[in-house]
Amino acid sequence: METPKVIVGLGSCGIAAGAAKVFDKIQALKKVENLDIELKKTSCIGMCYREPLVEIIDENGSYLYGDIDEERVIEVLDKHINQHNPVKEYIVKSDLVQTEDDTYNEDQVKIALRNCGYIDPEKIEEYEGRGGYRAIRMIAGQQMSRLDVIQSVLNSGLRGRGGGGFPTGLKWKFANNNKSDEKYIICNADEGDPGAFMDRSVLEGDPHAVLEGMIIGAYAIEATGGVIYCRAEYPLAIKRLNIAIEQARAKGYMGENILGIDGFNFDIYIKEGAGAFVCGEETALIASVEGQRGMPRKRPPFPASSGLWRKPTNINNVETLANIPWIIQHGAEDYRKYGTDKSRGTKVFALAGKIKRSGLVEVPMGMSIRDVIFKLGGGIKDNKEFKAVQMGGPSGGTIPAYLADTIVDYDSVNATGAIMGSGGMVVMDETTCMIDVAKFFLDFTQKESCGKCTFCRIGTKRMLEILTRITEGEGREGDIEKLEELSYQIKDNSLCGLGQTAPNPVLTTIKYFRDEYEAHIRDKKCPALVCKKLLTYEIDPEKCTGCTVCAKNCPTNCIEGERKEVHFIHQEECIKCGTCYSKCKFDAIKLS
Amino acid sequence: MRIARISKKQEVVQDAEVDLSLLDELIEKYKSKKGNLIPLLQGTQDIFGYIPRGAFEKISKETGLKLSEIYGVATFYAQFRLNPVGKYIVKVCHGTACHVQNANEVTEALEEALKVKDGETTEDGLFTLESVACLGCCSLAPVMMIGDETYGKLDGKQAVKIVKNIRIKENN
Repeated sequence: METPKVIVGLGSCGIAAGAAKVFDKIQALKKVENLDIELKKTSCIGMCYREPLVEIIDENGSYLYGDIDEERVIEVLDKHINQHNPVKEYIVKSDLVQTEDDTYNEDQVKIALRNCGYIDPEKIEEYEGRGGYRAIRMIAGQQMSRLDVIQSVLNSGLRGRGGGGFPTGLKWKFANNNKSDEKYIICNADEGDPGAFMDRSVLEGDPHAVLEGMIIGAYAIEATGGVIYCRAEYPLAIKRLNIAIEQARAKGYMGENILGIDGFNFDIYIKEGAGAFVCGEETALIASVEGQRGMPRKRPPFPASSGLWRKPTNINNVETLANIPWIIQHGAEDYRKYGTDKSRGTKVFALAGKIKRSGLVEVPMGMSIRDVIFKLGGGIKDNKEFKAVQMGGPSGGTIPAYLADTIVDYDSVNATGAIMGSGGMVVMDETTCMIDVAKFFLDFTQKESCGKCTFCRIGTKRMLEILTRITEGEGREGDIEKLEELSYQIKDNSLCGLGQTAPNPVLTTIKYFRDEYEAHIRDKKCPALVCKKLLTYEIDPEKCTGCTVCAKNCPTNCIEGERKEVHFIHQEECIKCGTCYSKCKFDAIKLS
Repeated sequence: MRIARISKKQEVVQDAEVDLSLLDELIEKYKSKKGNLIPLLQGTQDIFGYIPRGAFEKISKETGLKLSEIYGVATFYAQFRLNPVGKYIVKVCHGTACHVQNANEVTEALEEALKVKDGETTEDGLFTLESVACLGCCSLAPVMMIGDETYGKLDGKQAVKIVKNIRIKENN
């Protein structure tokens, strides 16, 4: 009988949820109780809402256990390993047991995430064992020409997964056409969209797939050097990439005359970003790699002709590159089977916000947003009402519930005013105020604007001021129109994508939630009860115990009442600071 | 505006306690290669926890880069700090997922408990409170990170309790 494998998901999310402690516990148990198991590590398994996750593979098959802590792991190991009796109530995914979580996995097609959760990312042998580095070997073995590789990527219909949606094959073709003694390929791993974590999971879970994608790209465009520009906020991803690079060098996948291809010399190094959202833009990223302030410059010349150190440079996103080896290995036709006419293949989405199952999903393009949120995501937390979904982060927009049947492909999402972006989907319910969301994103872009273009630098600031005023009950007639006017001016007069898209969150919320703006401006009401200054605080006489905590903490002393008697808030003196609401232990402060 | 980061009032810090010779090895490693200013500054910050004025001057002198250029880069990127920080940096995530799940409450509660504003350090030098864009643990929102430890599914009260426990441990 084979030794059962016990695999713990140790991605950033898992570790934050306590997976490392679970791993240590298993290791201790293995030693103390002499358990006959093979303990292994993997990275993000995708079901983040069930972290920490522990998979047990025995002679019957695979069982994935969710919500495992240091206590439960004792029970699971004892029953499953010692008594051969899987603990059904904690199983979230298995070939042998049906679970309520099956709908999360059924419709997923894993191409970019093909190895995430299956391999130990720190072991190159495990990547090779699942078909890794076979694509570059195929290219070397069959002597595929550079143009063949590019044609294959073109045929697959793969478009840039960082958000732009530019055909990857075309990008490679341009870079290939520009002849030079030095050329670069850069992997953009500066995942700055707050609320998206696809690239982090791929880098942590399957770093070799990204490296192989880069090596294939380097071959196709004749690149001599590779750079991975990764956020410094992702220390685990950087650590695993460094390990992967060392291993790939040792095995001859990088270096000189790679796999016997004469004259194919290529190596990769990592450049850590230093925290600037604008560095996701190609020319700003290049400036940052060169050690300067990350400010975009005018195009043309495009990086394909003059990029890093003024040499032809090709920049691809993490997910795009992770798809490449699969496409070469399985052929463009297989990839084209998935998706819609103009958006082929699959897309990884990071589900977050007020959704029951938040995590990482990979679905074929063309699935409806409704299916992603309700079928895979399990619907809205606490069974509240679905209000909207935010796609594309600060450059994207908010899609309202009534457009939930929109399918996910580049063109359909663009038509709503949002963008596909890198794949963040933040779900919002009835308790989310749309003006607050718009303000949140404007605050972000306003801080992140590099300051080069006047409209982006000052315009976003003015927009933020107007939005702040609206949320504080100082909104005026004409504010909506002014926001729209500023939006179009910023879009028209900014050099780079940051400015050109910064007003999108405001424009889409005005388009779909104009009544909410009007309620704030005209009636001085926040329907979602979020904007503090627009709320009325009252004491519920049924619940008030007269503990006096609210009165003691009130900064304006506007709460009156004797000990053990119902208190009362004098509205005319209330400054709506919310202190009483957060201090009350009896939920006796009512908001309206 | 990134410019807002510069216009903040800088505290006058005595650099006398800072041992600038710690930088020698770092400067030696990076000075001959092009485009290495950012790793050089990152390394400096790793050593001192921030970038002291003296370090700017030393780097400028030994690499030949203009002081204005180095200062320009250091103030452009959110990662770099020009003031000393507390022993523990409390990073409260304000990504989209955390924001819609009330990350503001966490920051406000911590501001009140630690008696500092966002970006400031407590008087005893123990904690620096920071808002960060996204820690990438969106499924656990709202999240904060202290050192290497990440805490998820927080509310204001829990966050304050965690910080208080650290303080109790430190004072013992």
